[in-house]
Amino acid sequence: MIIHHPLLGPRDAAEFVYLGDASLLNRPDPAAPSAAEDFYTYLHLRDNTAGEHRELWYHEQGDRSWLVLTRNTLTHEITRVELARDVAGQAS
Amino acid sequence: MRYSALQVLKEGLTGNKGWRPVWREPEPKKQYDVIIVGGGGHGLATAHYLAKEHGITNVAVLEKGWIGSGNIGRNTTIIRSNYLLPGNEPFYELSMKLWEGLEQDFNYNAMVSQRGIVNLYHSDAQRDAYARRGNSMLLAGADSVLLDEQGVRKLCPFLDYDNARFPIKGGLWQPRAGTVRHDAVAWGYARGADSRGVDILQNCEVTGFTLENGRCVGVDTTRGKIGARKVAVCVAGSSSRVMAMAGMRLPIESHVLQAFVSEGLKPTLPGVITFGAGHFYISQSDKGGLVFGGDIDGYNSYAQRGNLPVVEDVCEGGMAVMPMIGRARLLRMWGGIMDMSMDGSPYIDKTSIPGLYFNGGWCYGGFKATPASGWCYAHLIATDRPHDTATAYRLDRFRSGAVLDERGAGAQPNLH
Repeated sequence: MIIHHPLLGPRDAAEFVYLGDASLLNRPDPAAPSAAEDFYTYLHLRDNTAGEHRELWYHEQGDRSWLVLTRNTLTHEITRVELARDVAGQAS
Repeated sequence: MRYSALQVLKEGLTGNKGWRPVWREPEPKKQYDVIIVGGGGHGLATAHYLAKEHGITNVAVLEKGWIGSGNIGRNTTIIRSNYLLPGNEPFYELSMKLWEGLEQDFNYNAMVSQRGIVNLYHSDAQRDAYARRGNSMLLAGADSVLLDEQGVRKLCPFLDYDNARFPIKGGLWQPRAGTVRHDAVAWGYARGADSRGVDILQNCEVTGFTLENGRCVGVDTTRGKIGARKVAVCVAGSSSRVMAMAGMRLPIESHVLQAFVSEGLKPTLPGVITFGAGHFYISQSDKGGLVFGGDIDGYNSYAQRGNLPVVEDVCEGGMAVMPMIGRARLLRMWGGIMDMSMDGSPYIDKTSIPGLYFNGGWCYGGFKATPASGWCYAHLIATDRPHDTATAYRLDRFRSGAVLDERGAGAQPNLH
């Protein structure tokens, strides 16, 4: 797979480390009364979509940026690559 | 019809005209006691043991494609019971004992071949870890022998012992481990279940669950609505997709694992060998092909095919431990979809919906577990209590904290 890095252009996916579903960006509030249940859901349960999947990749052998890829899990086609800090900025 | 040497002789002399299909192709009934969703190894084993051990024969196995078309037909056929944790090892040893009696049990030749497995170690720390694992195996009634370098040399003289980076210092040997003809496991269990009255319904995809007053009372399928007192899902590889129809999110990610087979060679390997300094395992099939594999690709996938970086990594592992493999030509490679769980261990449990049961999360270790998985799932479905060896496989164990993490890698499915 080739990942089109927003800053560096096309890079081999072998340079990256995979973390998982981009929902991991939405860390629950540890001070909330429901924190135990929230963290259980956040850390362990997944939609595990067959089809379009938003996910976190880390450019370990490169500029060490975190990216959010939109990739189809049925075809491995990557349709969108964003910097994770931009995505996290939109969420807050 | 019972298979026997006498039967083979008789059929051979009379033109092989007496053989019958191994299972029927019935039409779906309106109502069953138990519906098993998924006609793979685990689902068919469950049906077989429900009928044979618990006398529950009004059972249907629903399969989207043809039986055995999923991971039971895509694995590397290794059986072993060399686990560490007390929540795992007795279960896998039960599975090993069931493998040993399997062919007599379902009267089908599954080519169970107990040629042993050697897990190589390359450092002092790894030797200590394997000594501990071996002791854990002995405590659960399994067999294990800690070999030093000379011991491994006697078994496998062809390995690269003096590799500068990964010298082989010894290995943990389980002589009772081995390989099994994987397709025949599905067919044998199908035959065992069918001959006791279980309906195997192929080309019958489940499209939804029927809930009444919060209870699961049947399924919608491409062959019509079918009712059941209990519905047992057993679809590793597609677990999240199927359980989403019941509104459930699971502690599972789907990942692709690749496997490889070489051209047929003369008998070379004494059994299964695993490399301890990377992820590489290899055995030789009865046809002579070297069957090998390594890590999963590491990203969510439902594609049943992987990418080249992992192919390279697997081949590097092979070359590091067994340089002669470089002379063998590759015949085929393929991928299968794994239910990767959050701690590397499986689930056999009831769900939050009464009447709905779940079996899945086998990571890439499901094949060896087939008999015990069926045995314990049948026990759970029949008695509503977990089998003694499967009490740790709870679906809610991440909420309670009672995780079963052999690798110690945490909630990161692609590291297990």
